[in-house]
Amino acid sequence: MNSPGYFLAHLWLIPLFPLLGAAVMFFVGRHLSKEAVNLFCVGSVSLSFVHALGAVLVLFAHSPDARVYQQILFPWVTPGAMPSSVGMVNFVGDWGYLLDPLSCVMVLVVTFVGFLIHVYSIGYMAHEGGYYRFFGYLNLFLFSMLTLVLANNLLLLFVGWEGVGLCSYLLIGFYFLKKSAADAGKKAFIVNRIGDTGFILGLMLVAATFGTVRFTSQGLGDSASFPGILQTLAGLTAQHQAQFAYGAPIFTAMALLLFVGATGKSAQIPLYVWLPDAMEGPTPVSALIHAATMVTAGVYMVARMNAIYQLAPIAMDVVAIIGALTAIFAATMAVAQTDIKKVLAYSTISQLGYMFLALGVGAFASGIFHLMTHAFFKALLFLGAGSVIHSLSGEQDIRKMGGLWNTIPATSRPFRIATLAIAGIPPLSGFFSKDEILGHAFNRHLMMDRYLGLWAVGLVTAALTSFYMFRLLYETFFGMSRIPVEMEGHIHESPKSMTTPLWILAFFSIVSGWLALPALWGEESPFERFLEPSLRGVETDTGRIVFAQHDLLKEYLLMGASVSAALAGLWLARKLYLENPKLHGQIAAAWPRLHRVLVHKYFVDEIYDALFVNRTKDLSTAFGWFDGQIIDGLGVDGAGWLTRVFSRISMWWDKWIVDGLVNFVGWFPNFLSMPVRMFQTGIFSTYAFFILIGLAILLGYYGHHVQSLARSLR
Amino acid sequence: MMPIGHYLFLSLALLLIGAIGVVTRRNVIIVLMSIELILNAVNINLVAFSRYYGDVAGQIFALFIIADAAAEASVGLGIMIAFFRNRETVLADEMDLLKW
Repeated sequence: MNSPGYFLAHLWLIPLFPLLGAAVMFFVGRHLSKEAVNLFCVGSVSLSFVHALGAVLVLFAHSPDARVYQQILFPWVTPGAMPSSVGMVNFVGDWGYLLDPLSCVMVLVVTFVGFLIHVYSIGYMAHEGGYYRFFGYLNLFLFSMLTLVLANNLLLLFVGWEGVGLCSYLLIGFYFLKKSAADAGKKAFIVNRIGDTGFILGLMLVAATFGTVRFTSQGLGDSASFPGILQTLAGLTAQHQAQFAYGAPIFTAMALLLFVGATGKSAQIPLYVWLPDAMEGPTPVSALIHAATMVTAGVYMVARMNAIYQLAPIAMDVVAIIGALTAIFAATMAVAQTDIKKVLAYSTISQLGYMFLALGVGAFASGIFHLMTHAFFKALLFLGAGSVIHSLSGEQDIRKMGGLWNTIPATSRPFRIATLAIAGIPPLSGFFSKDEILGHAFNRHLMMDRYLGLWAVGLVTAALTSFYMFRLLYETFFGMSRIPVEMEGHIHESPKSMTTPLWILAFFSIVSGWLALPALWGEESPFERFLEPSLRGVETDTGRIVFAQHDLLKEYLLMGASVSAALAGLWLARKLYLENPKLHGQIAAAWPRLHRVLVHKYFVDEIYDALFVNRTKDLSTAFGWFDGQIIDGLGVDGAGWLTRVFSRISMWWDKWIVDGLVNFVGWFPNFLSMPVRMFQTGIFSTYAFFILIGLAILLGYYGHHVQSLARSLR
Repeated sequence: MMPIGHYLFLSLALLLIGAIGVVTRRNVIIVLMSIELILNAVNINLVAFSRYYGDVAGQIFALFIIADAAAEASVGLGIMIAFFRNRETVLADEMDLLKW
């Protein structure tokens, strides 16, 4: 790439715009009008989007293998010698950006969905306090997220990773006067820290093994002066050493440690518990951060490090199993939730599990594809839910909704489109992305038997997804209105700024899946072909992930299976919630235990509280006691007491011995001079008297001289 | 001509009166006056011996001493006035700053 052109050369502007917006908000936002806040914050994101779109289009014009643009702005962690598996290296942490097909997808999704949600927030937050603060955080989030997806090395990715975590915390706790919101923010932050421990360890292992954290040297120069993980990895595996062979423990360790980070950020078992609570934040935040973008960071990171994962089959299986378990587990929890946002939260966890299932079976492109389609329809679902909540002046309980279909049409229509999309009804986007995942899982099964279970779990989850989503749709918009009578009059459609993004997202929820349309007649999906250069991994002699050959009949059968699963869920939801609304109550009453377990989300929060949270608190209490009694009591107070004792002794010694000696030195001459001093009366008469006495003595002694003198005078 | 013993006796008497005055009186003014007596005793002595020996040097010394006495008295009184301004006293036993 000789002359990159404006958009690529100015790649660094994409994250910078939101950062500037955030800076303006934090420094002078308090004094700005809402219009000015809109101008700065929404404007910055739209500029970001335009630049991202431009950069992606310029990159797209290149041949597939040349679609990498990398720029290093400055060495952030300055070079230093570091030992690694490839000998002593000059370790450097760039502040640099990388645009390749994978980050193209991410940066477009983030800026585009981010932009729509910013627009939506203008309407949604219009009556809320802290308007500028909200938009400042939102812009800061976009900066962090764009840093995360554009980072050209794992260390900078981690900076963005922590940045989005911080913004997530700030935005969950946006209504920080509400205790539940503040607690939810803390929970999200702490649970993410647990995951980050794994991430940091993985990061250090990567750095110590490869001597670099830069993803690739492609787009910079030769791999000797700009070492990249990909090139170093290829070099290591080419040496055929046992310790860097396919399936070597070091790769498994790296992959698993990084995956621990991903489970925290992307809300997978066992660290998913923070996401449902995160719904305490304003709904646009739930849409942007806790559905469309931030929570997919883990998926992105695993896909980014795919070269390592492809060499670690055990870690891949772990990813797939955790993903599948999370998918079905969260889907069953979503079935019994009554809070509109909680249903969507568990749905998000479940869909993220789907993405990890895809990554785990080696279908990285399908995982990213689902990430993209999910970003559209899940953002739409959350924004739609937000619009419903807005219309009902804050009501979130679906048992107090119903019959809103024609009351708020600009919300209900897009919401149904999103529901159809997530349920996997063709030809909407969710069908394509989900079908690709299930197809890949099944194709892996044909090569290795043990993947059949994953596919089956995926299929059941698809049915469950369809069921709880249509349940949500019917409960909210159809059937008899269960809205309290005094509320009925207040129902109002949301403003244009809120409904327009809904329609745009609805459009993309339908068409974004069509990127995989050629798969229907057995061709390779263009989306997959586009991503392939980023997800190629490294060449190894053994252990490539292989999928069964494409077979059109089999593909159609698989599609039929996933569509019938979706339709089964739809049918069941229709029966239970639309045609016979009393039935679901009766079913719940028939199995009270099961219902209770589901409503309480398998008591996982309670179990965590009992096992970890309260044990940690006990430990803190013990440490507190140790601090108070031993460190402060014995250590600090004891040292103080001892010092006081010693100072007493020292004082006594000073006063009586040292000072005594000094005083004695003064006192002794004083004592000796006592007789002499008596003569010094200070009164001159006395002195004159003494002079006379002296004179008399003198004369008395020399008297005979005087006599002889007198005689001689005679 | 009167024998010299009379002069010496008078001189001795004045000396003793002056000395006793210096030692015993509390008022510094009187002490100064007593000192004048002593000086005058010396003068009488000098003049008497000058006459006795027929040597004029004694009388010249007496003149010196008269001048000296005038100077001494003026300086002494000056000190006293300065002292009185500070301490409002002229009593010798209250001037004990030289004490240990």
